[in-house]
Amino acid sequence: MAALSIRGLSKRFARLEVLKGIDLDIESGEFTVLVGPSGCGKSTLLSIVAGLERPTAGTIEIGGRIVNDIPPKDRDIAMVFQSYALYPSMTVRQNITFGMECRHVPGPQREAALANVARLLQIEPLLNRRPSQLSGGQRQRVAMGRALVRDPLLFLFDEPLSNLDAKLRVEMRMEIKRLHQRIGATIVYVTHDQIEAMTMATRIAVMHKGEVQQFADPDTIYRYPANLFVARFMGSPPMNTMPARLVVEDGGPVVVIGAGRPDEVRLRLSGYDAAFAYRDREVVLGIRPECIAEAGRAFGDAADAPIVIQAPVEMIEPTGAETVVLLRLGGEPALARISPDIRPAPGALAPFALDTRRLCLFDPATERLIA
Amino acid sequence: MKWSRLIIHAALIALALLFLVPLGVVVVNSLRSSQEIAATSMIGWPGHLTFANYGQAWNHFCMAEHCWGIEPYMLNSFTLAVPATILSTLLGALAGYSIALWRFRGDQMIFALVTLGIFLPEQMKLIPWVVVLRDLSLMNTIAGLVLIHTVQGMSFTTLFCRNYYVGIPQDLMKAARIDGAGFFRIFWRIVLPLSPPILIVTVIFQFTGIWNEFLFGVTFTSGGQQPVTAALIALSAAITSEPMYGEQSAAVLIAALPTLLVYLFGGRYFLSGLTAGAVK
Repeated sequence: MAALSIRGLSKRFARLEVLKGIDLDIESGEFTVLVGPSGCGKSTLLSIVAGLERPTAGTIEIGGRIVNDIPPKDRDIAMVFQSYALYPSMTVRQNITFGMECRHVPGPQREAALANVARLLQIEPLLNRRPSQLSGGQRQRVAMGRALVRDPLLFLFDEPLSNLDAKLRVEMRMEIKRLHQRIGATIVYVTHDQIEAMTMATRIAVMHKGEVQQFADPDTIYRYPANLFVARFMGSPPMNTMPARLVVEDGGPVVVIGAGRPDEVRLRLSGYDAAFAYRDREVVLGIRPECIAEAGRAFGDAADAPIVIQAPVEMIEPTGAETVVLLRLGGEPALARISPDIRPAPGALAPFALDTRRLCLFDPATERLIA
Repeated sequence: MKWSRLIIHAALIALALLFLVPLGVVVVNSLRSSQEIAATSMIGWPGHLTFANYGQAWNHFCMAEHCWGIEPYMLNSFTLAVPATILSTLLGALAGYSIALWRFRGDQMIFALVTLGIFLPEQMKLIPWVVVLRDLSLMNTIAGLVLIHTVQGMSFTTLFCRNYYVGIPQDLMKAARIDGAGFFRIFWRIVLPLSPPILIVTVIFQFTGIWNEFLFGVTFTSGGQQPVTAALIALSAAITSEPMYGEQSAAVLIAALPTLLVYLFGGRYFLSGLTAGAVK
């Protein structure tokens, strides 16, 4: 059963069209991440699902029930806010039980639910404190506790980790994921952080300019980005994209970067049948930085030895875990991720291995994925 | 450096003393007998310290044909100022809350109209109030003055509270709505507990303003119904015929005491409340 169905949803503020015909179906138990740059409409979409804002057109269905005209409190949802939105004058205990108080849940039942959630989140010692006496991570937990105690059909998270420092963010990220695996809740999670999206989601909806660009599981999003926006948005460093020409040689497609230049790069493709349609045409080639490595690297389970090319190095960025290299492929700039102990000299040529199994080809006009 | 500082301080102290002279004269005279003042001068040290003036002023002194001192008028002022302060503050808080934290059609317009009340001179409103009080049969009653001050006070209290409440994060409101709290529950359980800083400001402001208000008091009440500020007018009438500086000084001081106390005990909160920002 679909826990959440969004049909033809649009939202307009005066002249500004924030959401343009969103369709999404989210299954029960899924961890869906809405990800996109600021202003893409993801938070507005979440607000509309929560019932805090009204859509201009379209329907929202939660648990098989159209909720367009149902107020937030009756939608069977719970929400965690970026600012946590804990009630400042209430203790942690009161914060968590306020919803049940509003719903006139009897006392013993309230206490039981509170105890349950407090144990799950390990916040028992904090119950009598006020939010001002809590650290950022503790506030985050309490905010989640307030949502969990509702046991709703749908959890909505609005950038819940953005106010935490980097270390805590990674910890809480894992904790939320663990929590999802443990209680099997249906979660819609908004973030602008593509790493959060990749690590937590069972499915990702990449949004841009009020539209869902792609809605798929993280591997598909990463491996087969539906268009150039998704390709460049997901991944850090982002996918290298560059103009290239598609030709057919010996009955197979070959993509040529910097065609006609003395340093042109020719990459033979296998398994890219859709590419034949672009024979002798311009395409946009996408290649992830981790598909360019030091010579001698074997890529995963690739059967053949990878193609090795000589390319000029412009700059290197050692990060500790790897060395990020800015190089030129047929004159086009590209980033490579190579082994941390290899430091090619800027300005010189160095050998690089290319993993051609995971290239992406895009139509230069529509920017859509070809293959 | 040192000299310039000294000069500045000396000048400031001298000016401060100058401003305090009238108060000083009244305080000193309240401790002298009227006979002594009449025999010597209005300005002078008490030859013989006496507190009898206060007792006289409180419930024996004769003003406007009654010899019951200012006690009944003080009580009138309290029964006027206390309910009007509480009512106008609570209503202003409620109005400020709905304007600041809820969107409804015409909210900005209503806010503009309410705050316009601050800028309307009192004299302008006399005639409309005459009509209202007459039609409600509240002429010459304390209740009528309570009504006037509650309604008029709301301009200020709404403005103060609204400006304070806009600092409350919208996420709190959203969280409360999802939790299932309605308009009044959010007000009582979430917004009001965050309000003491601004409520102290409005209470001080309203109480002082209503206590000291004079025009409506003399216009709409007479005789035993008058608040103390209006009743004191009889004092100045008496001064020209038969000066009783001792008792009169004491009466003025008693009448000023509540607002002075409010200032002394609440002034601190008033200043900190005015600058208090949003609630994190």
